[in-house]
Amino acid sequence: MSLQRFMQYPWSNWMKGEGPDADIVISTRLRIARNLRQHPFPLLATDSQAEEVVNKVAEVATSDAMQKVGSFEQVKMEQLSPLEKRVLVEKHLISPNLAEESRKGAVLLSEDESVSIMVNEEDHIRIQVFLPGFQLSEAWEAGSRIDDIFEKNLNYAFNENRGYLTSCPTNVGTGIRASVMLHLPALVMTQQINRILQAINQVGLVVRGLYGEGSEAVGNLFQLSNQVTLGMSESDIISNLYSVANQIIQQEREARRYLSEHSRTALEDRICRSYGTLLYARTVESKEAAQRLSDVRLGIDLGIIDNVTSFTLNELLVSTQPGYLQQAAGQKLTAEQRDERRARLIREKLSAK
Amino acid sequence: MNCQECGKRPATLHLTKIVNGEKTENHLCEHCAQEKGHFVQGFGNFSINNLLSGLLNFDPMSKNAAQGAMGNPSTATKPMRCETCGMTYAQFSKSGRFGCSDCYEHFGSKLDPLFRRIHGNTNHVGKVPERTGGQIKIRKELEQLKSTLQQYIATEEFEKAAEMRDRIRALEQKIAQSQ
Repeated sequence: MSLQRFMQYPWSNWMKGEGPDADIVISTRLRIARNLRQHPFPLLATDSQAEEVVNKVAEVATSDAMQKVGSFEQVKMEQLSPLEKRVLVEKHLISPNLAEESRKGAVLLSEDESVSIMVNEEDHIRIQVFLPGFQLSEAWEAGSRIDDIFEKNLNYAFNENRGYLTSCPTNVGTGIRASVMLHLPALVMTQQINRILQAINQVGLVVRGLYGEGSEAVGNLFQLSNQVTLGMSESDIISNLYSVANQIIQQEREARRYLSEHSRTALEDRICRSYGTLLYARTVESKEAAQRLSDVRLGIDLGIIDNVTSFTLNELLVSTQPGYLQQAAGQKLTAEQRDERRARLIREKLSAK
Repeated sequence: MNCQECGKRPATLHLTKIVNGEKTENHLCEHCAQEKGHFVQGFGNFSINNLLSGLLNFDPMSKNAAQGAMGNPSTATKPMRCETCGMTYAQFSKSGRFGCSDCYEHFGSKLDPLFRRIHGNTNHVGKVPERTGGQIKIRKELEQLKSTLQQYIATEEFEKAAEMRDRIRALEQKIAQSQ
């Protein structure tokens, strides 16, 4: 396995399109923030201190104990071109913050890309687990196991009252951020989504777009995550998120059923038009692609389209992003060139059997 | 132009929606727009740290302290500072980021209102690191078991309550033995 592979292939484990409730929950992500006691946080660390943290973390990540969990490959940010970093961001393997702002930033990637451990992001260590479908407790268990191995070998910054100490006060306590990526086309079409989003903010959860904080919700994809990290146990945080997400899933199913029963023709028309557009378009902007792919995804879930898999759609979610398109082309592309390549890629993927 | 919904307030939000090629225009006041569930945009890229530093600067205590210091310059206190990394509270409130783990100690109870505003809580419950934790871990578990016990008693689930009681006793013994 090599860096080459992380760059070349758009697939990650989370795209499988399998797992519980995969018709609505595309993926589950869990992030654990941890810091070392003796080192200043990355914000204030000198280059040599930051490098020391990278080495210490890498040593544990390649230890025998960790080998049982998975084998990790280290990638340092300074080794990568801006475009390569962008590809890793689009695959959700690293955060935009690690790619652009970190000093001596690094990431340890597991072979199937379901675990990525970022070093010297805002915190010294950020363990991220990324699974397909609705698998919150599984993600926490996997992350916690890795956390335990690090803790055996490194001195964590922990305080009895405040819990795990983090650089940003919004992460202190458990240091976990759990999130699920939800595809909610029917709630958007029936205009119920805003009401739901408002209610969500009142129960200590937040909704963001596909690429996290500050990103827009495109293609009817919403990322639901916990806001509170202090004063709630990990299992409470997870079960809280689980039950709210479950409610939304039920509402989305209800809305889908309603649309199928009451506006079947209009719904089929919309889905098939989008499918047709993607099959024949010669140029597609990313926003239109996201919207039309969302229609096709709904078409698959409702059995209206049956010769495309959700794996293909998840793959397209990443491979139609600007960075990935340019990486695949091996050169910088203008916006027009990208729209053309995007259209071609989608045509090929959707018509391949 | 007045808001097309209420007809009273001036329309400040002009929304153009294009759905499947069909264009609709709406001219609303902020009040009606929010009621109709439209997002009120225009705050730009307002990051979480901007919000945080807003929270941090709101500190009536330090305002009084500043006034006191002005009236009596000889008692002016030196700025609160983390002795380990040198970050001052003022720097922290500007960046919204701690400099090192000791900042939590040095800024101490000044952080309580901040945590209460962000999380609604000031104290950690949940995972405790195995090696660093040890005793802490058992004590925390004990606290949680005790609160679960109270819940079972309140809901009159006595069988489950008894089970909790036994687990609490076992843990208490464990602590006693190790001391």
